[in-house]
Amino acid sequence: MAEKITIGELHLSGCTGCLVTLADNYEGLFKLLDDYADLVYALTLVDVRHVPEMDVCLVEGSCCLNDKISVEELKEARAKSKVLVAYGGCAAYGNITRFCRGGQWNQPAQEAFVPISEVVDVDLYIPSCPPCPQQVRNVAVMAYLLLRGNDEQKNLATAYLTPLMQLAQRGNEACGCDLMYDVINQGLCMGCGTCAGTCPVRAITMEYGKPNVNRDLCIKCGACYAQCPRSWFNFDVMNNYEGIMDAIKGAME
Amino acid sequence: MDVLGNYKSVISARSTDKDITKKSQDGGIITTLFAYALEEGIIDGAIVAGPSDEPWKPEPMVVTTKAELLAAAGTRYTISPNLNLIKEATRSYGLDRVGIVGTPCQMQAVRKAQLYPIGMRDVDDKIALALGIFCMENLSYQALEAIVEDHCNQKMESVKKMDIGKGKFTVYTERGAVSQMPLKLIHKYVQPGCNVCLDYVANLADISSGSVGSPDGWSTVFVRSMKGNAVWDGAIAAGCFETKPMDQVKPGLDLVTKLATEKITKNQKNVDARKTVGLKADGTPKGLRNPYESP
Ligand SMILES: Cc1cc2nc3c(=O)[nH]c(=O)nc-3n(C[C@H](O)[C@H](O)[C@H](O)COP(=O)(O)OP(=O)(O)OC[C@H]3O[C@@H](n4cnc5c(N)ncnc54)[C@H](O)[C@@H]3O)c2cc1C
Ligand code: SF4
Ligand code: SF4
Ligand code: SF4
Repeated sequence: MAEKITIGELHLSGCTGCLVTLADNYEGLFKLLDDYADLVYALTLVDVRHVPEMDVCLVEGSCCLNDKISVEELKEARAKSKVLVAYGGCAAYGNITRFCRGGQWNQPAQEAFVPISEVVDVDLYIPSCPPCPQQVRNVAVMAYLLLRGNDEQKNLATAYLTPLMQLAQRGNEACGCDLMYDVINQGLCMGCGTCAGTCPVRAITMEYGKPNVNRDLCIKCGACYAQCPRSWFNFDVMNNYEGIMDAIKGAME
Repeated sequence: MDVLGNYKSVISARSTDKDITKKSQDGGIITTLFAYALEEGIIDGAIVAGPSDEPWKPEPMVVTTKAELLAAAGTRYTISPNLNLIKEATRSYGLDRVGIVGTPCQMQAVRKAQLYPIGMRDVDDKIALALGIFCMENLSYQALEAIVEDHCNQKMESVKKMDIGKGKFTVYTERGAVSQMPLKLIHKYVQPGCNVCLDYVANLADISSGSVGSPDGWSTVFVRSMKGNAVWDGAIAAGCFETKPMDQVKPGLDLVTKLATEKITKNQKNVDARKTVGLKADGTPKGLRNPYESP
């Protein structure tokens, strides 16, 4: 087995749901840590105080511009990691922290919360609130193949990770409205219901086969847009679903 | 990739269960496979297009019995957002092994949810059987209503069966009337999302089936994945189906290939044409999004 990669989790203004999600891989997390990745930085899980060098940094939470330490740590994490991941809806799109406007305990002066790409360059997005344990696992396995694999594995990992990297290029705003703008208004929706099924707050209902977003409920986690098969669909990867799923399953056994 | 996708075998088949073939659209492949899989414990339940309060408007539904499967048999030519329930099935319904039926685009959504479970927690290893149905295009409910009520002159609630075949859209009513209209007239009603669809025969399903290629009352069946293969072999061994080799039925696989090629060629052209839908002020082409290139 090739040398492990190093992974860390930087905790900004998030609820710790993303961190818990990582742990929700249960024995899968132990397998990841035994064979593929050393966890070198993470709130409560690793006793390290300062952001170390790492291959992959998962950043949880949006960045509070009024909190100097958050801004500095984020910049430091960017400088010290090969791949910086916006891990979860808050880091990628602001999520529920988009609705902050100051006056909350115990830091009433903190009101400016932005997705991390407003402060640093981000390589890859894992949207949703919380992200799914299986998605983090898949990215971890693919990151390992990308950084430590042979040519064939590198190609697979690149193909797999590309859309998640493109999401990071697409921008730092996403909400249920994006289904309207970038899928329905573009004549692409075919009414599969994935968006409604994926929404963690049930802000989407299907009316006569098409999504209807209750914008008052939407927290801007970006899951619906990222999960929609018409936001992006990479045939090269999806057509090999059986082989890839077997490979991931094999890697976790 | 081939227009027919990867497959291990293709067969013409019909269910041996008369209760099913009485209600099913074609050879009863989907209902029979789910009923078999339920009985064998391969699935705990299935997401199907069940009945709703409005005539011919399907409602995605989790079913766990053969009676419920029978109530959902047959084709409704309008959107049933079956993926809406895929996560729910493993949570509220607590299913560990989920069956799901759907159009080719819905099978794409299933595989994306498994490979990229972005908001689909605990779904990837719980999809136990994904059955696809061939699909040329789909209609909104209002479009179906316009076709049945305006063009075919029948009330939605009086229709017993709808069918597409031999270039015609046909409705059969409870009182025995048969109304038809040429298929080419329904194209203007097709939901726009179907015009960029590059799959006819549900390439990503475990097993996919449709009427095209086989004689009336029979279905063409593609067995595609390892899982699909195991389920199909089991169902055959259990006597669920009569089968005929594909090269011995009329009109045969050539027609399936022909229709699949036509659909994909036409829609690939649409995808390409979207690149230059309008012109920007400086005269350069102004394009629409291509979902197969990037988000
Ligand atoms: C919009 C549409 C277009 C189609 N176009 C073609 C075609 O061009 N060529 C062809 O050969 N076949 C086509 N089919 C498939 C065909 O009509 C039958 O569904 C298929 O042959 C299965 O028949 P069966 O007797 O095996 O299944 P059955 O035992 O009758 O079961 C059918 C299953 O499909 C589900 N279902 C019904 N309507 C929908 C829906 N709208 N969305 C999702 N699931 C649904 C039902 O819940 C049921 O479980 C199309 C189907 C649809 C829905
Ligand atoms: S997931 Fe995308 S294609 Fe499916 S219903 Fe929602 S917007 Fe439409
Ligand atoms: S509609 Fe739901 S899934 Fe989509 S961004 Fe809003 S909260 Fe997230
Ligand atoms: S034509 Fe394609 S996009 Fe439209 S319903 Fe059928 S499979 Fe889905």
